[in-house]
Amino acid sequence: MKKSLPLGIVFFAGVVMFFQHFIPTDQSEFIYKYANDWLICIGVYAMLLGIWSLIRVTLHKARHDPNERFYAIVTLVSMGIMIVAGWDVDNLRAGSLFMNMFNYILIPVQATIFSLLAFYVASAAYRAFRARTVLATLLLFTAFVVMLRMIPLGYISELNQYLVAWILSVPNLAAKRAIIMGVGLGMMATSIKIILGIERQYLGGD
Amino acid sequence: MAKQENLFDKMMSIDRRVIYLLLGLAVIVPAIFPFDVPVATTPEVESVFHFVDSLGTGDYLFLGVDYDPSTMAELHPMTKAILSQCFSQDVKVIITALSQNGPGMVESIINEIADQYGAKNHIDYCFLGYKPYPGIVVLNMGVNFKLTFPNDYYGASLDTIPVMQGIKNYTECAGVIDVCAGNIADMWIQFGNGRYGVPLALGVTGVMASDYYPYLQSGQIFGLMPGMKGAAEYESLSGYKTTGIRSMAYQTSTHVIILAFIIISNIGWFLSRKEEKKIG
Repeated sequence: MKKSLPLGIVFFAGVVMFFQHFIPTDQSEFIYKYANDWLICIGVYAMLLGIWSLIRVTLHKARHDPNERFYAIVTLVSMGIMIVAGWDVDNLRAGSLFMNMFNYILIPVQATIFSLLAFYVASAAYRAFRARTVLATLLLFTAFVVMLRMIPLGYISELNQYLVAWILSVPNLAAKRAIIMGVGLGMMATSIKIILGIERQYLGGD
Repeated sequence: MAKQENLFDKMMSIDRRVIYLLLGLAVIVPAIFPFDVPVATTPEVESVFHFVDSLGTGDYLFLGVDYDPSTMAELHPMTKAILSQCFSQDVKVIITALSQNGPGMVESIINEIADQYGAKNHIDYCFLGYKPYPGIVVLNMGVNFKLTFPNDYYGASLDTIPVMQGIKNYTECAGVIDVCAGNIADMWIQFGNGRYGVPLALGVTGVMASDYYPYLQSGQIFGLMPGMKGAAEYESLSGYKTTGIRSMAYQTSTHVIILAFIIISNIGWFLSRKEEKKIG
């Protein structure tokens, strides 16, 4: 029962939603809207579960790991302050405490962390883009040409723009399209396996 | 001979702190001594600009602001330029933010741009806000905005908002432009364009751009603005020149530094190999 009930629900929902897509009636449309509402409700409850999980894990760290205690407390206090500050709809307007914390703490923090990537990318590019083999030379040439488009070099830039456009819309496109089709087919196969109960990892693994 | 080998080795193993320092200077120096960089426009950005340019009074545009502060340097300028163009042409704008920190992104620019053009909330634009699960939200908004957003971000019922009267879903908009830093763009391609057939254009980060060129060629998106370069191109076309154009100076100087290091490393590599062959 513990396994057969969820498998039955998944099979029923999967088959109904599959056929619903091809039935253009009001009843079918109602089922579609109703299922979407359900999904949003499940999403909201999953968010609550996520918050609860974060609190539990962070509290555990605060109690038992002296090295992590400070960061765990900062996490919990920050979360509490943001929840309280953003509780009311009026607090979401520009100039409110919530928006000031967002603008003057969260934005600089996220932007700073992300901008550090530029330094790592520069260092990695210097070490990785080396013409050791034919394939590595090809990669080096492509990366060089694509990066060169950011630098204004007059007539060379105009020519380079055509080359970049060709790289993006021919070899890049061919590879990406193959990957996208592969992923799409993989998703279809996995969906069918889940609906038929062959793939059961989501139940906690067999 | 030994001295030469050392030099080549050094060329291939420059201390990362030197790279970091020079890259930092490449950002700081243009900030202190700014310079203009000519921006050549590309067809994929031009098509987005011409689409917005073709809209007029009373037309609706749906704008997705689906990014977080981490990518705002690249994506904020294009959002600003599109909003300013819409408001200057009296185009009505419906905005959502399906990324968790997206509402803050919208809040940080909407008032600034609206004030510049005298655009009013609920009259000229409506910000619907954030809801989790972007795929479902995009699917629902293709049927009816009210399914997912019975109220706007500020709690006003959609039934009472003047700009939302007479428009039911995004297929009734002239098109959708999604400025995005994650996989929400895929939801718009699959459901917005695929299922409901709405004309779609994307503004994405530089690293994401190559992923979306297949959709451009297949016609699933009619335009693509890739990263800061895309933003600078759009600003150059629209005449609303702010951080996009200015940031091209930083972008240029940092790319010069990175390319210079790649060249140095490869010269070192070739010369050291040549020396090894000579020695036997």
